[in-house]
Amino acid sequence: MRMPEPDRAVIARRAEIAAGLAAIVGPGNVIADEDELRAYECDGLTAYRQPPMVVALPGTTAEVGRVLAYCHAGRIKVVPRGAGTSLSGGALPLADAVTLGMGRFNRILEVDLDNRCVVAQPGVTNLAITDAVRHAGFYYAPDPSSQIACTIGGNVAENSGGVHCLKYGLTTNNLLGLEMALIDGEVVRLGGRHLDPGGYDLMGVVTGSEGLLGVITEVTVRILRAPETARALLLGFPSNEAAGDCVGAVIGAGIVPGGMEMMDRPAIHAAEAFCKAGYPMDAEALLIVELDGPAAEVDHLIAKVEALARGAGATTVRVSQGEEERLRFWAGRKAAFPAIGRISPDYYCMDGTIPRKRLPEVLGRIAEMSARYGLRVANVFHAGDGNLHPLILYDANKPGELAAAEAFGAEILRLCVEVGGVLTGEHGGGVEKRDLMGAMFNEADLRQQERLKCAFDPESLLNPGKVYPELHRCAELGRVHVHRGETRFAHLPRF
Amino acid sequence: MSEALRPTDLAELRDAVAWAAEGRAPLAVLGGASKRGLGRPVQAARVLDLSALAGIVDYDPGELVLTAKAATPIAEVEAALHAARQHLAFEPPDLGPLLGAAPGRATLGGLLATNIGGPRRIQAGAPRDHFLGFQAVSGRAEVFKSGGRVVKNVTGFDLSKLMAGSHGTLAAMAEVTVRVLPAPEAVRTLLLRGLSDEAAVRALAAALQSPGDVSGAAHLPETAAAGLPAEALAGAGALTAVRIEGPEPSVAARGQSLARLLAGFGPTDLLADGPSRALWRAVRDVAPFAGAGERVVWRLSVPPSEGPTVVKRIARPGPAEAFYDWGGGLVWLALPPAADARHEDVRAAAGTVGGHATLVRAPESVRASVPVFEPQSEALARLARRVKEAFDPLGVLNPGRMYAGV
Ligand SMILES: Cc1cc2nc3c(=O)[nH]c(=O)nc-3n(C[C@H](O)[C@H](O)[C@H](O)COP(=O)(O)OP(=O)(O)OC[C@H]3O[C@@H](n4cnc5c(N)ncnc54)[C@H](O)[C@@H]3O)c2cc1C
Repeated sequence: MRMPEPDRAVIARRAEIAAGLAAIVGPGNVIADEDELRAYECDGLTAYRQPPMVVALPGTTAEVGRVLAYCHAGRIKVVPRGAGTSLSGGALPLADAVTLGMGRFNRILEVDLDNRCVVAQPGVTNLAITDAVRHAGFYYAPDPSSQIACTIGGNVAENSGGVHCLKYGLTTNNLLGLEMALIDGEVVRLGGRHLDPGGYDLMGVVTGSEGLLGVITEVTVRILRAPETARALLLGFPSNEAAGDCVGAVIGAGIVPGGMEMMDRPAIHAAEAFCKAGYPMDAEALLIVELDGPAAEVDHLIAKVEALARGAGATTVRVSQGEEERLRFWAGRKAAFPAIGRISPDYYCMDGTIPRKRLPEVLGRIAEMSARYGLRVANVFHAGDGNLHPLILYDANKPGELAAAEAFGAEILRLCVEVGGVLTGEHGGGVEKRDLMGAMFNEADLRQQERLKCAFDPESLLNPGKVYPELHRCAELGRVHVHRGETRFAHLPRF
Repeated sequence: MSEALRPTDLAELRDAVAWAAEGRAPLAVLGGASKRGLGRPVQAARVLDLSALAGIVDYDPGELVLTAKAATPIAEVEAALHAARQHLAFEPPDLGPLLGAAPGRATLGGLLATNIGGPRRIQAGAPRDHFLGFQAVSGRAEVFKSGGRVVKNVTGFDLSKLMAGSHGTLAAMAEVTVRVLPAPEAVRTLLLRGLSDEAAVRALAAALQSPGDVSGAAHLPETAAAGLPAEALAGAGALTAVRIEGPEPSVAARGQSLARLLAGFGPTDLLADGPSRALWRAVRDVAPFAGAGERVVWRLSVPPSEGPTVVKRIARPGPAEAFYDWGGGLVWLALPPAADARHEDVRAAAGTVGGHATLVRAPESVRASVPVFEPQSEALARLARRVKEAFDPLGVLNPGRMYAGV
């Protein structure tokens, strides 16, 4: 992965920059020591490492604004960072950039049950929001598996999802307001405690912008009343096709489960070995279908899904009889990543989305690739919304395996696009999928996206080298060349 | 605006915008023209009439997505979805009658461009939340696309969000993809009668804070309730309505537990399927204020618990009639005709609670002089102008519809 050429002139000013930052955030909140910088050298995509030039840890919105204004004036790049759990390298440092760590923004500012929202600083963890409202029977719906560690600011920047997003949406659907500092240090507020603020939906476009448009300094999210009850079915199938048919039948029957997760044989076996969840070892594919809501509804739908599963040829059908059993069904799925970590020195998690009906074909082709690359793969899958997480097993210490894993991953993502899907369902483009953007978007599509970047950050100082393969200069992008049409105006139909 | 360009395909659409851009001759972009009366009046040389770009392109119920040309009538989309027992969960309103146009003319693209969701907004989201991708022609006369045709996607900037609510000022959409969902099997409504606005909003909050999975929470004070169509319970005094939807056994059970929960606010009635649908259609389409009316109509979005306070504040200096949706968070407000539409009072009231107000219905002269959309801070206004320039640097698409120069 090639990153933009570091600016040596900026690196040469490192000491001066560290001092400039210390004057804003305090000397105790600047990290410039090489050993200490190592703690920041990667995010969840550990294959890529680069210690930052310097780390600043601001504590207030005003400080964030002043750091950005300082960097803007000195043409210094900035990489925002939450908990560093991104799986796409979004928070990967740059050799000539300040990493702006948001960890000190760790307070819940307000719980407003009347208006069903929570106002939090961006460094608060995803789970801490639910923890703050659980006493009143509420929760925050998007639940990435990393929720004990990842921050709400990082969730907004990545538009993160979780197993419940088929029914409850991604981060973007659960967000009410943001406060954000722009690269010139100006602070803007978007939305609030009300819905659908007027004007352009800048909050919508900042969500999922991976730190390229601004630094989020406060977040207001919607909270939901926890469902009265939740029950799950554990379903084993003799083939991926049969499991896929069952998913289609559930949706076709008008049922939107709270979660609908699929695992293939290698994933089932790894998970079972790791945590003894009681998964059927003879199954080729496993589905966990969770229904949540009022008890009367859940009981009604559980019976329906059970019948649909049998109709689709399920060889194992178990319905959770209590909370403990429900959690056991989930334990294997939730531990899928560490379970794979147990059977392989390294693994690489992919994140494409496909039209669900293409699942058997896509899994078949992934199996072919696996044989061709000589690397094992296990698939976990947000089945309801077609979001596939193939985990490619490799050993970074074996020469060539990392490169092979990357090539394998890229081929999977191209396949996702080829069958009508997309490169990333919830993990973001980061550096990982940056060079694949051309598989999904043409030059005109990408240029229009880059122009939006220019509207927020004309000098491209915020998180450059991420998401977009090669940023054009804003002056060039801004120029207007209108290509005269083929259709002469006179030929256009009129009233 | 005497002349209209009516492209019949993407290439002609591009050429129409290119032609306008070359001649610096702005276009007023229209789908079905149902919401032409919304927004600031556009100073345009010609109309860009997208109505020929209509028809469903691809609909696969199993994938929960539908792709259609932008000016496909909502009625056509809803008919196709209905046949597969699915729906647009954001409950598109038909604001034609409110805005003095015929009913049934709204298009899918127009709906997304204005981002106005119905009562189910509180549970299922706004049009923006279901808008997955599009192909469009920017004001630079360039064809571009964004998003995808699957329900879950975070590849690149989410330009669909930006297009939603941009009122045609950034690009002319040719084709759009939306998420669709199974339609609920049964609908019921719990009704409380005769409550004050404050008590009603407290009752709605209690319902929304319960696990009852409420999909509509509205309050119509007596005068607004009197303006409901007969089949939607006109003349029954103040009405507070809580909607529940889902499978039959679930709806029955939730109806009972919500009735118990709300008992402290008074006795509840349970409305059956048919009248429930009529009532929520009326709330959705702002029926109490639709039809021949001189009155100006505002749409306020505020923190739900603040709705009644905001209305009181506006009603103090002069007459105001209101009703509430979204548990109190959406206030529809009708005021007697006035050249300034009392915008200062309305905005001050919404502003003190951190909400915002849009002038939805007013004569053109009023919409030309009064800020139709919530005025923005300097920094935000500058950002909005730069965003406009990124898409439409020559200002050929609906210039000035949202703000001066935007
Ligand atoms: C084991 C594991 C499981 C995971 N499971 C899921 C899952 O189920 N679903 C899912 O969607 N993701 C998942 N992820 C990915 C990751 O946790 C999410 O992307 C998360 O939202 C990142 O949050 P963070 O605080 O760690 O952000 P970081 O990794 O620090 O940063 C992510 C991006 O956000 C930007 N950023 C961070 N904070 C800010 C801010 N305040 N302002 C502006 N930009 C900012 C960064 O520049 C970077 O581009 C998983 C990761 C791991 C390691």
